[in-house]
Amino acid sequence: MSAPNPAAAVPAEPATMPGHRVTLGVDKPMRLDSGAELGPFDVAYQTYGTLNADRSNAILICHALTGDHYVLDQHPVTGKPGWWEMLVGPGRPVDTDRYFVICSNVIGGCMGSTGPKETDPATGKPYGLGFPVITIGDMVRAQKLLVEHLGIEQLFCVIGGSMGGMQVLQWAVAYPESVFAAVPIATAARHSAQNIAFHEVGRQAIMADPDWAGGNYLLEGTRPHRGLAVARMAAHITYLSEPALHRKFGRNLQNRQTVTYGFDADFQVESYLRHQGITFVERFDANSYLYITRAMDYFDLAADYGGGTLSNAFRKDGKGTPVRFCLASFSSDWLFPTSESRAIVHALNAVAANVSFVEIRTDKGHDSFLLDEPEFHQVIRGFLEGCAEHRGLTRTSRT
Amino acid sequence: MSPLDDKQASASTASGNGIRTDLKLIAEMVEPGSRVLDVGCGDGALLAFLSRRKGVDGRGIELSMDGVHQCVAQGLSVIQGDAETDLQDYPPGAFDYVILSQTLQAMREPRTVLETMTRIGRRAIVSVPNFGYWRIRAQLLLTGRMPVTEKLGYQWWETPNIHFCTIKDFVVLAEELGIRIERCMIVNGAGRVTGHAHSGLANLLGEQGVFLLRRD
Repeated sequence: MSAPNPAAAVPAEPATMPGHRVTLGVDKPMRLDSGAELGPFDVAYQTYGTLNADRSNAILICHALTGDHYVLDQHPVTGKPGWWEMLVGPGRPVDTDRYFVICSNVIGGCMGSTGPKETDPATGKPYGLGFPVITIGDMVRAQKLLVEHLGIEQLFCVIGGSMGGMQVLQWAVAYPESVFAAVPIATAARHSAQNIAFHEVGRQAIMADPDWAGGNYLLEGTRPHRGLAVARMAAHITYLSEPALHRKFGRNLQNRQTVTYGFDADFQVESYLRHQGITFVERFDANSYLYITRAMDYFDLAADYGGGTLSNAFRKDGKGTPVRFCLASFSSDWLFPTSESRAIVHALNAVAANVSFVEIRTDKGHDSFLLDEPEFHQVIRGFLEGCAEHRGLTRTSRT
Repeated sequence: MSPLDDKQASASTASGNGIRTDLKLIAEMVEPGSRVLDVGCGDGALLAFLSRRKGVDGRGIELSMDGVHQCVAQGLSVIQGDAETDLQDYPPGAFDYVILSQTLQAMREPRTVLETMTRIGRRAIVSVPNFGYWRIRAQLLLTGRMPVTEKLGYQWWETPNIHFCTIKDFVVLAEELGIRIERCMIVNGAGRVTGHAHSGLANLLGEQGVFLLRRD
């Protein structure tokens, strides 16, 4: 490997967007699961910490459906703090003083990596629905090219929640030799019928908005804000839990003493959801939402790699996966319930893999992985420290 | 947590190595560098000890969430799960040793658990309290009530120990299942009683037995 310092290997970025961007698939386009080819394409990414001399301390973070690579940066659009500052940073469980942390925007996304809102070099116009349908496998394929570009042969760890967890599983199954440890959080080895159904509601909301314009809204000069906001509102409910919603809002009224006998946002919970919807459309592209939800729907590790049996996906040449796993689920998560994580644990047990599994008790629902959950953070810290010991990563090995 | 732990752990059993006596006896039976599954691993004391002192590749299953958190937070590979449902998935011979310490009597189906352990492990190590211990016999005989001892400190209506056996019972079941007792240690508060499971002394003077098992 002769890759230079990763920070120097990337071209300069537009001043408005922090982070790096690299063009991949230049010599050879990337073959997608659909059979289509994509390339050249851009991947926007961010790194934190320092890669050590033998390039063994890299942790790849995989973001969720509407996430991006601004793990620790102030978000360039919303101005909000990084989305995983609770878990990642100096002295945090994913310690940037110790590990070299990478996070890239998924392909199909809208924060700098090639997706439907970017310009199709073949036509000079935005891809729109001309963008090929991508899968979780395609997202990870692109990440693999990025990691190779950075000169890293084996990631110390791949970690992510929700759709990020799907990518973690995909990494472990598709590239087991390139992953030392895997931490899939609040996720599943396949998207359930209920979750596909929720996604379909979101997509239909977007496509029912006349401003979607058959996917050509960028050319038409419109934005399907109403549809995308409704999609976000519906999805946001699934990220919470009934007890959490009740604790936060109950049946409290919004700035009024009595109900108005109309369809205003009488209740605080309505007002909150509307706010979630409105702020979301500022930072997210509607077509990206279609593409990325579709990628999650198609995810089914057992079907793709195990001939219908999940444990077979974790077996190669008659041997169980060498990857060390730590799974975490949250007791009140009904979108990716504990039973989904347990199914993965059982499949890993069937190949006698090295696996840890913890269900965290919390009433905060699916979004718990983004929140301040001390027990969860202790588990991640302990797991990573144990793995670092096995990997021979010492605290002084940084360059 | 073993069903015995809370009433026993602090009493008199901590050994020089900082772990419970029965865990120390179990550790003596484990070959260095082997693959070990500790079923009901509690806070991970035995796993940590085996990893540190014997360099084993250790895994654990623990029912209690608190136990699992403590284990994983110290870097041990432990899953939250139930011995009676979550052992089934492992392939035959996945481990060199499958360990069950002081928990067999709390299982709904001890027989199935023993069968599974000796299938997924090349060997199993099981420690069981002996209900034939003379103090227990004496209590039942003299008071006519269910025995409550220092080590079996539960009243009948609260005990998780639903399937007590004597050492003799255990030996008979092992024979029935075609499981060979390769080694055993019968001990009581005063120390080692005998290494012979079939000895009548074992069943009378032994407070607990630790058995190294292998399917024939």
